[in-house]
Amino acid sequence: MSEHELRVSKIRDGTVIDHVEGGQALNVLAILGIDGSEGFGVSVGMNVPSDRLGRKDIVKVEDRELSQSEVDVLSLIAPEATINIVRDFEVVEKNRVTRPDSVTGVLSCPNRNCITNADEPIETRFDVVADGVRCDYCATILRSDIAEHIDV
Amino acid sequence: MRQDHLITATQLSRDDIETVLDRARAVADDPAAYADRHAGRVLALCFFEPSTRTRMSFDSAAKRLGMDTIDMGDVDSSSVSKGESLSDTVRVIEGYADALVLRHPSEGAATLAGERVDVPVVNAGDGAGQHPSQTLLDLHTIREDHGLDDLTIGIMGDLKYGRTVHSLAAALTEFDANQHFISPESLRLPRSVRFDLHETGAQIREHEELEPVLDELDVLYVTRIQKERFPDENEYHRVAGEYRIDADTLDDAADDLTVMHPLPRVDEIAPDVDETDHARYFEQAHNGVPVRMALLDTLVENANLDGDEGTEVDR
Repeated sequence: MSEHELRVSKIRDGTVIDHVEGGQALNVLAILGIDGSEGFGVSVGMNVPSDRLGRKDIVKVEDRELSQSEVDVLSLIAPEATINIVRDFEVVEKNRVTRPDSVTGVLSCPNRNCITNADEPIETRFDVVADGVRCDYCATILRSDIAEHIDV
Repeated sequence: MRQDHLITATQLSRDDIETVLDRARAVADDPAAYADRHAGRVLALCFFEPSTRTRMSFDSAAKRLGMDTIDMGDVDSSSVSKGESLSDTVRVIEGYADALVLRHPSEGAATLAGERVDVPVVNAGDGAGQHPSQTLLDLHTIREDHGLDDLTIGIMGDLKYGRTVHSLAAALTEFDANQHFISPESLRLPRSVRFDLHETGAQIREHEELEPVLDELDVLYVTRIQKERFPDENEYHRVAGEYRIDADTLDDAADDLTVMHPLPRVDEIAPDVDETDHARYFEQAHNGVPVRMALLDTLVENANLDGDEGTEVDR
């Protein structure tokens, strides 16, 4: 039995998001819009030893599946993440995240003078570029600070 | 040019630019041939920010093509002051006009407008973003003096917030141009513009002083450093003073150096430069009319071709 399983128990049905970069677990929950008030069972392991990442976070959510836009943004802050679908204690599906071409409606633009921050009926849209994302409206580039601009 | 809107200079190919500039030259050579070309059509001028040159030259260009213009007027006296969104405003005005010219204080405003309406939209300045129709008239001015290839240009002043700079730098990557950027550290090119320039593999160099590069330049493009960009007024005066040119500054320049400025200038180009053979900023401003005639002609023609399912219009 590995160390993280000692700390975080198995779930019966739901999603396990594994190999999240250390320290990003709470941002993963923010992307999923989970703050505990929804009633889902949630387990979080942070800075757990990992062969692949050195230290990793792991998030287990019971009775909850991820939408494509959630997975898209997840891929930006946790590019190494694996998403395991669990049914009756068994992993029935295991997927790596893939970087999307663009993300819509999940990030807010850090440029306060961008039209997307001007009270217009508009969804933000960011193109995914080499080492970050870029606002389709004002061209502002977001790199390491993507997690700070998640708007869910 | 087969585009619906003109939003950013990064969307323009070399072919697009040359198509408009060739037409601008034809317009300048024979304005009468274009006089009634768009009679019965209406251009809407939507300026959410003050403008003199851009607004009046679009107005003049439209009228010289036979179009009528309608003007939203000042923001204070329009529905915007009642809290209407830009999305709603342009959707309404779309029904009144065949094309729309938009200036707005927010970056990305023209992109949004272009998504909301079917008539052609021209971005006439979106915050510190882009000003692509200015770039077309800048390129026309440069082309008439030097051509657009094998060109060495210095762009000086406020490179961070200067939308004319962002558009010009992007468009010049379509040509064989060496670009020198001269500014104080605090007003260097923004990350997004630098990103695009690097993506194209453009030849760019950045400097804090004009003097070391001045004698290499074919064109010196000067922009205004605005007081409101500096928290401290003394700091503004110190910095602005270092990027001011006069006739003496240009003693070391090539004889055929062209000095340009998008105007308005405050004191970054001394009046004694006006009397030198280098000064081209008033001609540059005047070029706004034939170039914007060529641009409107091209965009309205494209929109019309779409309406006719691609049938060539017999003129």
